Amino acid sequence: MKFLKKTYLGLILIFLYIPIVVLIIQSFNAGESRALWEGFSLHWYAELFQDERILNALYVTLSIAVLAMIVSTILGTLAAIGIHAMRKRPQAMMMTLTNLPNTMPDIVTGISLMLLFLFTRVERGYVTMLLAHITFDTPYVILSVLPKLKQMNRHTYEAALDLGATPLYALVHIIIPQCKQGIITGAMLAFTLSLDDFTISYFTTSPLVQNLSTLIYSATRTGIDPTLNALSALMFVALLVLLLIVNRRTAEEKAQ
Amino acid sequence: MKKKSLCLLLVLALSLVCLCACTVPEGEEQASPSANVVNVFNWEDYIAPEVLTLFEEETGIHVNYMCFTTCEDMIVQVEANPGAFDVCFPSDYIIQRMVEKDMLAEINFDNVPNADPRSPQTCQTLDFLLESPSFDPDIKYHVPYMWGTVGILYNTTMIPEPEDSWHILWDEQYQHNVFMMDSVRDSFGITLRYLGESVNSLDIPALFAARDKLVEQKQMGVVKAYQVDETKDKMVAGEAALAVVWSGDAMYAIDLNEDLDYFVPSEGSNVWVDGAVIPKTAKNKENAEAFINFLCRPDIAAMNWDYIWYSSPNKGAIELVEDPEGDYAYDYSGNHVLSPSDETLANCEWFKDIPEDFLSVYEGLWMDVKNTK
Amino acid sequence: MRSDMTLPSWAWIVMVAGLVAFVTMIVVSIRRHQGVKRSLFASPYALWMIIFTVLPVILISYYAFTDVNGAFTLDNFKNFWDSHYEMNKVIAAEGERLGVDYSAYIQRGSVNVDTLVYSLWMAFKCTLICLIVGYPAALFMADRHMKLGSTLVVLFIIPMWMNFLLRTVAWMSLLEDSGLINNFLRWLGLDSVQLMYTSNAVLLGMVYNFLPFMVFPIYTVLSKMDYRLTEASADLGCNSFQTLYKVTMPLSLPGVISGITMVFMPSVTTFFIPRVLGGGYTMMFGDLIEAKFLTEGNWNAGSALSLLMMLLILVSLSILRKVDPNGEGGGLA
Repeated sequence: MKFLKKTYLGLILIFLYIPIVVLIIQSFNAGESRALWEGFSLHWYAELFQDERILNALYVTLSIAVLAMIVSTILGTLAAIGIHAMRKRPQAMMMTLTNLPNTMPDIVTGISLMLLFLFTRVERGYVTMLLAHITFDTPYVILSVLPKLKQMNRHTYEAALDLGATPLYALVHIIIPQCKQGIITGAMLAFTLSLDDFTISYFTTSPLVQNLSTLIYSATRTGIDPTLNALSALMFVALLVLLLIVNRRTAEEKAQ
Repeated sequence: MKKKSLCLLLVLALSLVCLCACTVPEGEEQASPSANVVNVFNWEDYIAPEVLTLFEEETGIHVNYMCFTTCEDMIVQVEANPGAFDVCFPSDYIIQRMVEKDMLAEINFDNVPNADPRSPQTCQTLDFLLESPSFDPDIKYHVPYMWGTVGILYNTTMIPEPEDSWHILWDEQYQHNVFMMDSVRDSFGITLRYLGESVNSLDIPALFAARDKLVEQKQMGVVKAYQVDETKDKMVAGEAALAVVWSGDAMYAIDLNEDLDYFVPSEGSNVWVDGAVIPKTAKNKENAEAFINFLCRPDIAAMNWDYIWYSSPNKGAIELVEDPEGDYAYDYSGNHVLSPSDETLANCEWFKDIPEDFLSVYEGLWMDVKNTK
Repeated sequence: MRSDMTLPSWAWIVMVAGLVAFVTMIVVSIRRHQGVKRSLFASPYALWMIIFTVLPVILISYYAFTDVNGAFTLDNFKNFWDSHYEMNKVIAAEGERLGVDYSAYIQRGSVNVDTLVYSLWMAFKCTLICLIVGYPAALFMADRHMKLGSTLVVLFIIPMWMNFLLRTVAWMSLLEDSGLINNFLRWLGLDSVQLMYTSNAVLLGMVYNFLPFMVFPIYTVLSKMDYRLTEASADLGCNSFQTLYKVTMPLSLPGVISGITMVFMPSVTTFFIPRVLGGGYTMMFGDLIEAKFLTEGNWNAGSALSLLMMLLILVSLSILRKVDPNGEGGGLA
C-alpha cells in the first residue's frame, strides 16, 4: 500500500518535471532545433549574457517582483492588522474587497487596469506594471497574515497597553512578532506570483517595458530561442539552491 | 530563526536585481523624451540586429526597439499609447487606414534624401511601387521598406509536383497537413482569389461563399493550425506539407530546409508592401527621419535584406546584392520568390483597406471560421 | 476605438471629493480617539483597492453599457448573444443600397455563446481531472506515516518557479509530430500520432499548469486535520474505505472547494495555453476577450464580454460558497 502511494506520487512528480527536464536539456543543445540533439554546448549560456533584451526583461521581472513584494507585504500586513481590529460590518466589507481580486479572472483584472491607465492618461510602462503587481499581490498577503492574527491571544496586546506600552510599541513588539510566519508566507507568495505573472503584465505595460513573461510570449510567435531556456534553467537552479540553503538553515536551527 | 532565512532571501533577491542593473547598462531612463532616442515599432523578426547597433554607433541615437505580430494589433497599440512610437512599419492597407484616420505625420524628405521620390538620387525604389500607390498617392507619409507576395510553401518530399492552384489547400490527401494564416485579410484574400473574386471584395454573397469555403476546409480536417510567425520554423521542421506564407518567410524556410519550395498559385494572390511611417504623436520626428534614411542607404538595406529575406524596394541594395564581386553575390533577379515574374505580379492585387463598418462583416465571418469545430 | 479617452471633468471632481472625504474621515477619527486606532491601519489598503480594483471594475461596466460615442446602449450585450449583430446591420444596409434581398445572409452568429460554453466545458473537464488526480496525491502527502509531507510540498512548488509560458512551450516540443513522444513511438516502430493542435493537448496543458492549485488547498486542510478522528473511526469499526468516505472526505471539503475555485477560474479564461498547444484551432473565452481588445480594438464589446465573464464566475463562486459557508478552505498558504 505504501509502495503504491509512493509510486502514485512519483508518477505525478514525473509528469510535473518532464517539461522542465526537456527545457533544461534543450538549453545545452548545440543546435537550435527543439527535437534534434546536436551535441552538448554552452553556446546559449554565452549568448544569454550578451542579449540586452533578455537581460533587460530579467531586470524588470526581478525588480518588480522584489518591489511589489516589499510594498504589498507592508500594505497587506498593516491592512490585516486593521481589518482584524474592525467591528463586524466594516470587517465583512473589507473582506469582500479583499476577495474580489481573487475571484476576478486575471484577464479581467488586467484589462480593467489597462482601461484605468488609459482613461487617466497614465502612460503604461514600468510604473503601471508595478502598481498592477502590488494590486494583485496584496490580498494574498492579507489572506496569509489574517489567520495568524486570529490565532493570536488578544489579551497579550491589551496587557501590553495596560503595562504602559504605546499602541505603536505594542504593534511592533507584540503583534508583528506573533504573525511573523504569516508575513513571511505572504511575502514569498507575493514574490512567486509576481515572478510568474503573464496576463496582468501583458495588459498593463507598453511594448517598451517587457518582463520575461511578455518577452517569452512574443518569442513564442517567432520560435523560442534556446537562450530563454538557458535563462530559465539558470533561474531555476538559483531558486533551487536558495531553497536548499533556507531549508538547511531551518533544519539546523531546529536541531539546535 | 525564520527571520534569518527571510533576510537571506531578501538580500539574495536584491543582489540579483543589482547585478542585473549593472549588467544592463541602459535601462528605462531612455524612455524620457529628453534623451536622444528613437522608438521603433516593427514586426517580429523584421530587421537585422546589426543595423540597429550600426545606427546607434553612427548617429548616437539610442533605438528602443519594439515588436508586434499583426498590423491590426499595431494600430490599436499606436492609438492606445500616444507618443510611444516614432517609427512604425504598417502594411499598405493599414497605411491607408492611418492616413484616413489622420494618424500619420508627413515625412520631411529633406531629412530622408535616400528615399525622396522626387529626387533623382533616391536609392528607392522599384518602378511599380512608385506609380502613386493607391494607399498614399502622393507618397507623403511612407517610405517602402519591404515587399512580397502571399503564396504556398510546400515540402517537395511530401508533394513532388503540387497542383498550381489554391485548390491544393482543399485537397483531402493532405489531412492535418496545412498551416493556414491566422489573419483575417490574408485568409479571406486567398479564398476570394480562389473563387475568382477580388481580395478586396465587398460583395456579401462572395464573402459568405469564401467563409463557407474556409469552414469546409476546416471541417475536412486538412488544416493543422492557424498561426502566423510560428509557421516558418514548423515548416523547416517538416511539421506539415503545405502552408500559406508571405514570400520572405518562404525564403527564410527554404534557406534552412532545401526540400521546401514556394509558388504563387495561378489564380493570383496578394502583393503587398510594408512602409515606414511616422505617427503624428511621435516625440522624436527628426530622429525617426534619420532612422528611415539610414534604412534606405543601399549598404544597410542590403544588410537588412540578407537577414529578412523579403524583396527589397531599394535599387541600390539590389545592385550590391547582385554584384558578383561583392559580399553577397546573390542571384537576386533569378530567384522566383524574390523577383516574381511580371506575369505573376500582374495576377496579384494590392489590399485596399476595408471601410470601417464593413470590417465587422469580415471579422464576424472570420470568427465563424475560427469557431467551427 | 474611442478617440477621446480622458475622464469627463465631473468624474475628476467626484474622485477628488472622495479623496478629500476619505482623508477627513481619517483625521476626524484620529482626533476623536486621540491617536491612531488600529482599524485605521487598513485605510491605505482600502484607498489602494478603491483606486485599483473598484474603479477599474466601474470603468469596465461603463464601457460595457456605452457605445463608441459614450451614449448608453445594450448593443454590446446583444453582440454577445448574436455575434453577427453588427454585421447584420451592415448587410441589411448594403442590401437596401443595392436593392437586393440579402435576408438569407442575415443569421444569428453563435460564436460568443459557443465559445463560452466550450470554455466552461473545458474548464469543467480540467477541474474534474485535477480533482481526481490531485485528491489522492494530497491525501498521500498528508499521510502521517509517509513522513514526506513538507519535502513533497516543496517538490510540488518548484516547477511553478519555471516561467509558466516556457513550461507550456516545453510541452510543445514533446507533443509535436517531430517531437520527442512521436520520435519515441517511431523508434519503437509504431505510427506517429497527431498530438498537438487538439483540444486534448490544450486540456493537458491546463491540467499540467493548474494541478498544484488543486493539491495545495486540499493538502493544507488534510494536514491540519486531527488524525485522532480517523483513528477513532477505525476503532469504532470502520474499514479504511469507510473512514475515507465518511470522515476524511467531508472534513476536507473546504480544501476541495477552494481547490476547485483556484483551478476552474484560471482555466475558463486562459488564453496562452490554447494558443500555443491548440494552434488557434479552437478558441477559448480568454482568446475572444483578448482579440476584441487588442486586435479589433472594440473596447465596448470586449468590456461587455469581460463583465459577463466576471458575473458568471461570481455566481458560480457564490454557489460554491453555499457549500462551504465559512469559506475556510485554506488558500495556497
